[in-house]
Amino acid sequence: MANDPIHQFHIQEYFPLGQFGGMEFHFTNSAFAMGATVAIVTGFLLLATSKASLVPGRLQSVAEMAYEFVASTLRSSAGKEGMRFFPLVFSLFMFILVANFFGMFPYFMTATSQIIVTFALAMTVMLTVVVYGFMRHGFGFLGLFVPHGVPMAVVPLVSAIEVISFLSRPISLSVRLFGNMLAGHITLKVFAGFVASMASLGAIGVGGAILPLVMTVGLTALEFLVAFLQAYIFTVLTCMYLNDALHPGH
Amino acid sequence: MKAPFPPFDTQKYPSQILWYVIFFGLLYLLMKRFLVPRLSTIVEGRAARISGDMEEAQRLRVESDKALGTYEKALADARTAAHAIAQAGTDEAKAAAVKQRADIESSLSAKLEEAEARIGEIKAKALGDVGAIAEETAAAVVAALSGQQPSSDEVAAAVSSVSSK
Repeated sequence: MANDPIHQFHIQEYFPLGQFGGMEFHFTNSAFAMGATVAIVTGFLLLATSKASLVPGRLQSVAEMAYEFVASTLRSSAGKEGMRFFPLVFSLFMFILVANFFGMFPYFMTATSQIIVTFALAMTVMLTVVVYGFMRHGFGFLGLFVPHGVPMAVVPLVSAIEVISFLSRPISLSVRLFGNMLAGHITLKVFAGFVASMASLGAIGVGGAILPLVMTVGLTALEFLVAFLQAYIFTVLTCMYLNDALHPGH
Repeated sequence: MKAPFPPFDTQKYPSQILWYVIFFGLLYLLMKRFLVPRLSTIVEGRAARISGDMEEAQRLRVESDKALGTYEKALADARTAAHAIAQAGTDEAKAAAVKQRADIESSLSAKLEEAEARIGEIKAKALGDVGAIAEETAAAVVAALSGQQPSSDEVAAAVSSVSSK
Protein backbone atom coordinates (compact mmCIF):
# COMPACT_ATOMS: atom_id res chain seq x y z
CA MET A 1 0.00 0.00 0.00
CA ALA A 2 2.72 2.45 1.01
CA ASN A 3 4.50 2.23 -2.32
CA ASP A 4 1.47 2.51 -4.55
CA PRO A 5 1.64 6.03 -6.03
CA ILE A 6 -2.01 5.85 -7.09
CA HIS A 7 -3.30 4.99 -3.64
CA GLN A 8 -3.37 8.63 -2.56
CA PHE A 9 -6.04 9.44 -5.15
CA HIS A 10 -8.51 6.84 -3.91
CA ILE A 11 -11.79 8.26 -2.76
CA GLN A 12 -12.56 6.77 0.62
CA GLU A 13 -16.18 6.76 1.59
CA TYR A 14 -16.46 7.56 5.29
CA PHE A 15 -20.19 7.28 5.72
CA PRO A 16 -23.11 7.04 3.32
CA LEU A 17 -25.72 9.74 2.97
CA GLY A 18 -28.16 7.69 0.94
CA GLN A 19 -29.24 7.19 -2.62
CA PHE A 20 -30.94 9.62 -4.95
CA GLY A 21 -31.90 9.01 -8.55
CA GLY A 22 -29.72 5.95 -8.74
CA MET A 23 -26.66 7.83 -7.46
CA GLU A 24 -24.91 7.08 -4.21
CA PHE A 25 -23.86 9.96 -1.98
CA HIS A 26 -21.18 9.59 0.66
CA PHE A 27 -19.08 11.79 2.86
CA THR A 28 -15.60 11.14 1.45
CA ASN A 29 -11.99 12.09 2.07
CA SER A 30 -12.16 14.60 -0.79
CA ALA A 31 -15.25 16.14 0.83
CA PHE A 32 -13.30 16.37 4.06
CA ALA A 33 -10.42 18.05 2.21
CA MET A 34 -12.78 20.58 0.62
CA GLY A 35 -14.49 21.24 3.95
CA ALA A 36 -11.14 21.68 5.67
CA THR A 37 -10.05 24.02 2.86
CA VAL A 38 -13.11 26.18 3.33
CA ALA A 39 -12.61 26.14 7.11
CA ILE A 40 -8.95 27.13 6.78
CA VAL A 41 -9.66 29.93 4.29
CA THR A 42 -12.53 31.28 6.39
CA GLY A 43 -10.66 30.93 9.67
CA PHE A 44 -7.54 32.55 8.26
CA LEU A 45 -9.39 35.50 6.77
CA LEU A 46 -11.49 36.01 9.91
CA LEU A 47 -8.43 35.92 12.12
CA ALA A 48 -6.43 38.16 9.77
CA THR A 49 -9.15 40.81 9.61
CA SER A 50 -10.17 40.59 13.26
CA LYS A 51 -8.08 43.58 14.34
CA ALA A 52 -8.48 45.55 11.12
CA SER A 53 -5.58 47.78 12.05
CA LEU A 54 -4.32 50.61 9.88
CA VAL A 55 -0.78 49.27 10.09
CA PRO A 56 -1.23 45.55 9.38
CA GLY A 57 0.26 42.75 11.43
CA ARG A 58 1.72 39.63 9.86
CA LEU A 59 -1.51 37.73 9.25
CA GLN A 60 -3.29 40.82 8.05
CA SER A 61 -0.41 41.59 5.66
CA VAL A 62 -0.72 38.14 4.10
CA ALA A 63 -4.49 38.50 3.73
CA GLU A 64 -4.08 41.96 2.23
CA MET A 65 -1.40 40.69 -0.14
CA ALA A 66 -3.76 37.96 -1.37
CA TYR A 67 -6.54 40.52 -1.74
CA GLU A 68 -4.37 43.01 -3.63
CA PHE A 69 -2.90 40.25 -5.78
CA VAL A 70 -6.27 38.91 -6.92
CA ALA A 71 -7.79 42.40 -7.17
CA SER A 72 -4.98 43.69 -9.41
CA THR A 73 -5.13 40.55 -11.58
CA LEU A 74 -8.88 40.94 -11.98
CA ARG A 75 -8.66 44.70 -12.59
CA SER A 76 -5.93 44.37 -15.22
CA SER A 77 -7.77 41.76 -17.30
CA ALA A 78 -11.44 42.61 -16.76
CA GLY A 79 -11.23 46.30 -15.86
CA LYS A 80 -12.89 48.12 -12.97
CA GLU A 81 -16.25 46.56 -13.84
CA GLY A 82 -14.73 43.15 -13.27
CA MET A 83 -14.54 43.91 -9.57
CA ARG A 84 -18.19 42.81 -9.27
CA PHE A 85 -16.85 39.27 -9.68
CA PHE A 86 -14.23 39.76 -7.00
CA PRO A 87 -15.87 37.52 -4.35
CA LEU A 88 -16.07 34.66 -6.85
CA VAL A 89 -12.52 35.06 -8.16
CA PHE A 90 -11.11 35.47 -4.67
CA SER A 91 -13.03 32.38 -3.49
CA LEU A 92 -11.66 30.38 -6.44
CA PHE A 93 -8.10 31.54 -5.85
CA MET A 94 -8.14 30.89 -2.11
CA PHE A 95 -9.96 27.58 -2.51
CA ILE A 96 -7.54 26.21 -5.11
CA LEU A 97 -4.46 27.60 -3.36
CA VAL A 98 -5.38 26.18 0.04
CA ALA A 99 -6.63 22.89 -1.40
CA ASN A 100 -3.30 22.50 -3.25
CA PHE A 101 -1.31 23.32 -0.12
CA PHE A 102 -3.54 21.11 2.00
CA GLY A 103 -2.62 18.19 -0.27
CA MET A 104 1.06 18.82 0.45
CA PHE A 105 0.57 17.47 4.00
CA PRO A 106 1.28 13.76 4.16
CA TYR A 107 -1.82 11.54 4.47
CA PHE A 108 -4.12 14.36 3.38
CA MET A 109 -6.19 14.22 0.26
CA THR A 110 -5.62 16.73 -2.55
CA ALA A 111 -9.13 17.65 -3.66
CA THR A 112 -7.76 19.37 -6.78
CA SER A 113 -6.23 16.08 -7.95
CA GLN A 114 -9.76 14.85 -8.67
CA ILE A 115 -10.80 15.73 -12.23
CA ILE A 116 -14.42 15.99 -11.21
CA VAL A 117 -13.57 18.68 -8.64
CA THR A 118 -11.44 20.72 -11.03
CA PHE A 119 -14.09 20.29 -13.69
CA ALA A 120 -16.70 21.56 -11.24
CA LEU A 121 -14.45 24.56 -10.54
CA ALA A 122 -14.07 25.22 -14.28
CA MET A 123 -17.80 24.85 -14.84
CA THR A 124 -18.44 27.34 -12.04
CA VAL A 125 -16.43 29.86 -14.04
CA MET A 126 -17.94 28.98 -17.42
CA LEU A 127 -21.53 29.01 -16.13
CA THR A 128 -20.90 32.41 -14.54
CA VAL A 129 -19.52 33.70 -17.85
CA VAL A 130 -22.42 32.32 -19.91
CA VAL A 131 -25.22 33.25 -17.51
CA TYR A 132 -23.88 36.74 -16.80
CA GLY A 133 -23.02 37.29 -20.49
CA PHE A 134 -26.57 36.53 -21.62
CA MET A 135 -28.13 38.44 -18.71
CA ARG A 136 -26.13 41.55 -19.48
CA HIS A 137 -25.90 41.55 -23.28
CA GLY A 138 -28.77 39.27 -24.35
CA PHE A 139 -27.99 37.75 -27.71
CA GLY A 140 -25.26 40.36 -28.15
CA PHE A 141 -23.18 37.98 -26.04
CA LEU A 142 -22.96 35.76 -29.14
CA GLY A 143 -20.87 38.55 -30.70
CA LEU A 144 -18.09 36.90 -28.74
CA PHE A 145 -17.94 34.33 -31.54
CA VAL A 146 -17.84 36.87 -34.37
CA PRO A 147 -14.59 38.83 -34.17
CA HIS A 148 -14.53 42.32 -35.65
CA GLY A 149 -12.74 43.07 -38.91
CA VAL A 150 -13.14 39.59 -40.36
CA PRO A 151 -14.39 39.34 -43.98
CA MET A 152 -17.95 37.97 -44.23
CA ALA A 153 -16.77 34.99 -46.28
CA VAL A 154 -14.66 33.53 -43.48
CA VAL A 155 -16.99 34.44 -40.60
CA PRO A 156 -18.58 30.96 -40.46
CA LEU A 157 -15.18 29.33 -40.28
CA VAL A 158 -13.83 31.74 -37.68
CA SER A 159 -17.01 31.48 -35.63
CA ALA A 160 -16.80 27.70 -35.67
CA ILE A 161 -13.22 27.92 -34.39
CA GLU A 162 -14.27 30.42 -31.73
CA VAL A 163 -17.11 28.18 -30.57
CA ILE A 164 -14.79 25.18 -30.35
CA SER A 165 -12.21 27.20 -28.44
CA PHE A 166 -14.93 28.44 -26.07
CA LEU A 167 -16.21 24.92 -25.48
CA SER A 168 -12.71 23.61 -24.86
CA ARG A 169 -12.07 26.22 -22.17
CA PRO A 170 -13.63 24.28 -19.27
CA ILE A 171 -11.74 21.19 -20.36
CA SER A 172 -8.36 22.91 -20.62
CA LEU A 173 -9.00 24.81 -17.39
CA SER A 174 -9.88 21.67 -15.42
CA VAL A 175 -7.37 19.31 -17.01
CA ARG A 176 -4.49 21.76 -16.48
CA LEU A 177 -5.09 21.96 -12.73
CA PHE A 178 -5.94 18.28 -12.37
CA GLY A 179 -2.96 17.12 -14.44
CA ASN A 180 -0.47 19.29 -12.61
CA MET A 181 -1.61 18.20 -9.17
CA LEU A 182 -1.91 14.55 -10.15
CA ALA A 183 1.46 14.34 -11.93
CA GLY A 184 3.24 16.25 -9.17
CA HIS A 185 1.91 14.03 -6.44
CA ILE A 186 2.64 10.83 -8.38
CA THR A 187 6.22 11.93 -9.08
CA LEU A 188 6.71 12.87 -5.46
CA LYS A 189 5.33 9.55 -4.29
CA VAL A 190 7.43 7.56 -6.78
CA PHE A 191 10.68 9.23 -5.71
CA ALA A 192 9.77 8.92 -2.03
CA GLY A 193 9.02 5.24 -2.71
CA PHE A 194 12.55 4.82 -4.16
CA VAL A 195 13.98 6.12 -0.89
CA ALA A 196 12.07 3.54 1.12
CA SER A 197 12.72 0.57 -1.18
CA MET A 198 16.46 1.33 -1.61
CA ALA A 199 17.00 1.93 2.10
CA SER A 200 15.52 -1.50 2.82
CA LEU A 201 18.34 -3.12 0.76
CA GLY A 202 21.00 -2.52 3.44
CA ALA A 203 24.05 -0.29 3.82
CA ILE A 204 24.71 0.28 0.10
CA GLY A 205 21.01 0.90 -0.42
CA VAL A 206 21.01 3.55 2.30
CA GLY A 207 23.89 5.31 0.50
CA GLY A 208 22.05 5.01 -2.81
CA ALA A 209 18.86 6.32 -1.27
CA ILE A 210 20.44 9.75 -0.81
CA LEU A 211 19.91 10.70 -4.45
CA PRO A 212 16.13 10.08 -4.56
CA LEU A 213 15.87 11.71 -1.12
CA VAL A 214 17.49 14.87 -2.49
CA MET A 215 15.14 14.65 -5.47
CA THR A 216 12.15 14.28 -3.14
CA VAL A 217 13.15 17.38 -1.16
CA GLY A 218 13.63 19.33 -4.38
CA LEU A 219 10.33 18.08 -5.81
CA THR A 220 8.52 19.04 -2.61
CA ALA A 221 9.74 22.62 -3.03
CA LEU A 222 8.74 22.48 -6.70
CA GLU A 223 5.31 21.16 -5.74
CA PHE A 224 4.74 24.13 -3.43
CA LEU A 225 5.62 26.41 -6.35
CA VAL A 226 3.28 24.46 -8.66
CA ALA A 227 0.52 24.60 -6.04
CA PHE A 228 0.72 28.40 -6.02
CA LEU A 229 1.31 28.72 -9.76
CA GLN A 230 -1.70 26.59 -10.73
CA ALA A 231 -3.96 28.59 -8.42
CA TYR A 232 -2.62 31.76 -10.05
CA ILE A 233 -3.04 30.46 -13.60
CA PHE A 234 -6.60 29.34 -12.87
CA THR A 235 -7.32 32.81 -11.47
CA VAL A 236 -5.78 34.66 -14.42
CA LEU A 237 -7.71 32.56 -16.95
CA THR A 238 -10.90 33.04 -14.93
CA CYS A 239 -10.37 36.81 -15.08
CA MET A 240 -9.86 36.68 -18.85
CA TYR A 241 -13.00 34.61 -19.37
CA LEU A 242 -14.99 36.94 -17.13
CA ASN A 243 -13.74 39.80 -19.29
CA ASP A 244 -15.48 38.08 -22.24
CA ALA A 245 -18.74 38.12 -20.29
CA LEU A 246 -18.33 41.85 -19.62
CA HIS A 247 -17.09 42.87 -23.08
CA PRO A 248 -18.10 40.23 -25.65
CA GLY A 249 -17.24 42.32 -28.72
CA HIS A 250 -13.46 41.95 -28.95
CA MET B 1 -13.34 -6.38 -12.70
CA LYS B 2 -10.31 -4.12 -12.35
CA ALA B 3 -11.03 -0.89 -10.52
CA PRO B 4 -10.62 2.22 -12.71
CA PHE B 5 -7.93 4.84 -12.12
CA PRO B 6 -9.32 6.58 -9.00
CA PRO B 7 -9.91 10.09 -10.43
CA PHE B 8 -11.87 8.53 -13.32
CA ASP B 9 -14.11 6.43 -11.09
CA THR B 10 -17.49 7.81 -12.12
CA GLN B 11 -19.15 6.01 -9.22
CA LYS B 12 -17.63 8.60 -6.85
CA TYR B 13 -18.54 11.65 -8.94
CA PRO B 14 -21.99 12.47 -7.51
CA SER B 15 -20.74 12.69 -3.90
CA GLN B 16 -17.83 14.88 -4.89
CA ILE B 17 -19.98 17.27 -6.92
CA LEU B 18 -22.46 17.44 -4.06
CA TRP B 19 -19.77 18.30 -1.52
CA TYR B 20 -18.07 20.70 -3.91
CA VAL B 21 -21.34 22.58 -4.38
CA ILE B 22 -21.97 22.64 -0.62
CA PHE B 23 -18.49 23.72 0.43
CA PHE B 24 -17.67 26.06 -2.44
CA GLY B 25 -21.13 27.60 -2.19
CA LEU B 26 -20.56 28.11 1.52
CA LEU B 27 -17.14 29.67 0.88
CA TYR B 28 -18.60 31.96 -1.79
CA LEU B 29 -21.41 33.08 0.52
CA LEU B 30 -19.00 33.71 3.38
CA MET B 31 -16.68 35.61 1.04
CA LYS B 32 -19.46 37.76 -0.40
CA ARG B 33 -21.18 38.48 2.92
CA PHE B 34 -18.33 38.81 5.42
CA LEU B 35 -14.79 38.21 4.30
CA VAL B 36 -14.44 40.35 1.18
CA PRO B 37 -16.30 43.33 2.69
CA ARG B 38 -14.07 43.12 5.76
CA LEU B 39 -10.91 42.97 3.67
CA SER B 40 -11.97 45.67 1.26
CA THR B 41 -12.95 47.95 4.15
CA ILE B 42 -9.43 47.57 5.49
CA VAL B 43 -7.59 47.97 2.18
CA GLU B 44 -9.82 50.60 0.53
CA GLY B 45 -10.23 52.33 3.90
CA ARG B 46 -6.50 52.70 4.17
CA ALA B 47 -6.26 53.99 0.59
CA ALA B 48 -9.06 56.46 1.30
CA ARG B 49 -7.43 57.54 4.54
CA ILE B 50 -4.07 58.07 2.83
CA SER B 51 -5.55 60.08 -0.02
CA GLY B 52 -7.62 62.05 2.52
CA ASP B 53 -4.52 62.81 4.55
CA MET B 54 -2.68 63.88 1.42
CA GLU B 55 -5.54 66.19 0.49
CA GLU B 56 -5.58 67.66 3.99
CA ALA B 57 -1.82 68.22 3.82
CA GLN B 58 -2.21 69.90 0.43
CA ARG B 59 -4.98 72.10 1.78
CA LEU B 60 -2.89 73.09 4.81
CA ARG B 61 0.05 73.85 2.56
CA VAL B 62 -2.03 76.13 0.34
CA GLU B 63 -3.34 77.80 3.48
CA SER B 64 0.12 78.35 4.90
CA ASP B 65 1.30 79.68 1.54
CA LYS B 66 -1.59 82.10 1.61
CA ALA B 67 -0.75 83.14 5.17
CA LEU B 68 2.87 83.65 4.15
CA GLY B 69 1.72 85.81 1.22
CA THR B 70 -0.46 87.89 3.56
CA TYR B 71 2.40 88.28 5.99
CA GLU B 72 4.79 89.37 3.27
CA LYS B 73 2.26 91.84 1.94
CA ALA B 74 1.71 93.25 5.43
CA LEU B 75 5.45 93.52 5.86
CA ALA B 76 5.84 95.36 2.56
CA ASP B 77 2.93 97.67 3.46
CA ALA B 78 4.46 98.41 6.86
CA ARG B 79 7.78 99.15 5.20
CA THR B 80 6.14 101.53 2.73
CA ALA B 81 4.23 103.21 5.54
CA ALA B 82 7.41 103.56 7.58
CA HIS B 83 9.13 105.09 4.58
CA ALA B 84 6.29 107.51 4.09
CA ILE B 85 6.30 108.52 7.77
CA ALA B 86 10.06 108.97 7.74
CA GLN B 87 9.85 110.99 4.53
CA ALA B 88 7.08 113.18 5.93
CA GLY B 89 9.07 113.74 9.14
CA THR B 90 12.18 114.67 7.20
CA ASP B 91 10.23 116.97 4.90
CA GLU B 92 8.54 118.67 7.84
CA ALA B 93 11.80 119.12 9.70
CA LYS B 94 13.43 120.43 6.56
CA ALA B 95 10.60 122.86 5.94
CA ALA B 96 10.73 124.01 9.57
CA ALA B 97 14.49 124.51 9.31
CA VAL B 98 14.14 126.45 6.09
CA LYS B 99 11.42 128.61 7.60
CA GLN B 100 13.41 129.20 10.74
CA ARG B 101 16.44 130.10 8.70
CA ALA B 102 14.42 132.46 6.59
CA ASP B 103 12.99 134.05 9.76
CA ILE B 104 16.42 134.44 11.25
CA GLU B 105 17.79 135.81 8.02
CA SER B 106 14.94 138.27 7.67
CA SER B 107 15.27 139.37 11.29
CA LEU B 108 19.03 139.70 10.82
CA SER B 109 18.65 141.74 7.69
CA ALA B 110 16.08 143.94 9.49
CA LYS B 111 18.59 144.47 12.30
CA LEU B 112 21.30 145.10 9.73
CA GLU B 113 19.20 147.68 8.01
CA GLU B 114 18.41 149.31 11.32
CA ALA B 115 22.07 149.31 12.22
CA GLU B 116 22.96 150.74 8.81
CA ALA B 117 20.32 153.41 9.27
CA ARG B 118 21.74 154.26 12.67
CA ILE B 119 25.27 154.34 11.28
CA GLY B 120 24.04 156.68 8.50
CA GLU B 121 22.36 158.83 11.07
CA ILE B 122 25.45 158.87 13.25
CA LYS B 123 27.56 159.53 10.19
CA ALA B 124 25.34 162.39 9.07
CA LYS B 125 25.30 163.73 12.59
CA ALA B 126 29.06 163.34 12.76
CA LEU B 127 29.40 165.01 9.38
CA GLY B 128 27.16 167.80 10.65
CA ASP B 129 29.37 168.09 13.70
CA VAL B 130 32.42 168.14 11.39
CA GLY B 131 30.92 171.21 9.64
CA ALA B 132 30.37 172.97 12.94
CA ILE B 133 33.90 172.08 14.15
CA ALA B 134 35.36 173.30 10.84
CA GLU B 135 33.40 176.52 11.11
CA GLU B 136 34.54 177.05 14.71
CA THR B 137 38.11 176.16 13.82
CA ALA B 138 38.01 178.33 10.73
CA ALA B 139 36.57 181.24 12.77
CA ALA B 140 39.24 180.69 15.46
CA VAL B 141 42.01 180.46 12.80
CA VAL B 142 40.72 183.60 11.03
CA ALA B 143 40.42 185.46 14.37
CA ALA B 144 43.95 184.46 15.38
CA LEU B 145 45.42 185.38 12.01
CA SER B 146 43.54 188.59 11.30
CA GLY B 147 42.44 189.58 14.74
CA GLN B 148 38.99 190.19 13.44
CA GLN B 149 35.98 188.09 14.41
CA PRO B 150 34.35 186.87 11.09
CA SER B 151 30.60 186.58 11.00
CA SER B 152 29.30 183.12 11.36
CA ASP B 153 27.49 183.30 8.03
CA GLU B 154 30.68 184.09 6.14
CA VAL B 155 32.50 181.21 7.84
CA ALA B 156 29.68 178.75 7.11
CA ALA B 157 29.59 179.77 3.44
CA ALA B 158 33.34 179.43 3.11
CA VAL B 159 33.40 175.98 4.83
CA SER B 160 30.54 174.61 2.77
CA SER B 161 32.16 175.89 -0.46
CA VAL B 162 35.39 174.12 0.49
CA SER B 163 33.76 170.92 1.61
CA SER B 164 31.54 170.73 -1.47
CA LYS B 165 34.58 170.83 -3.78
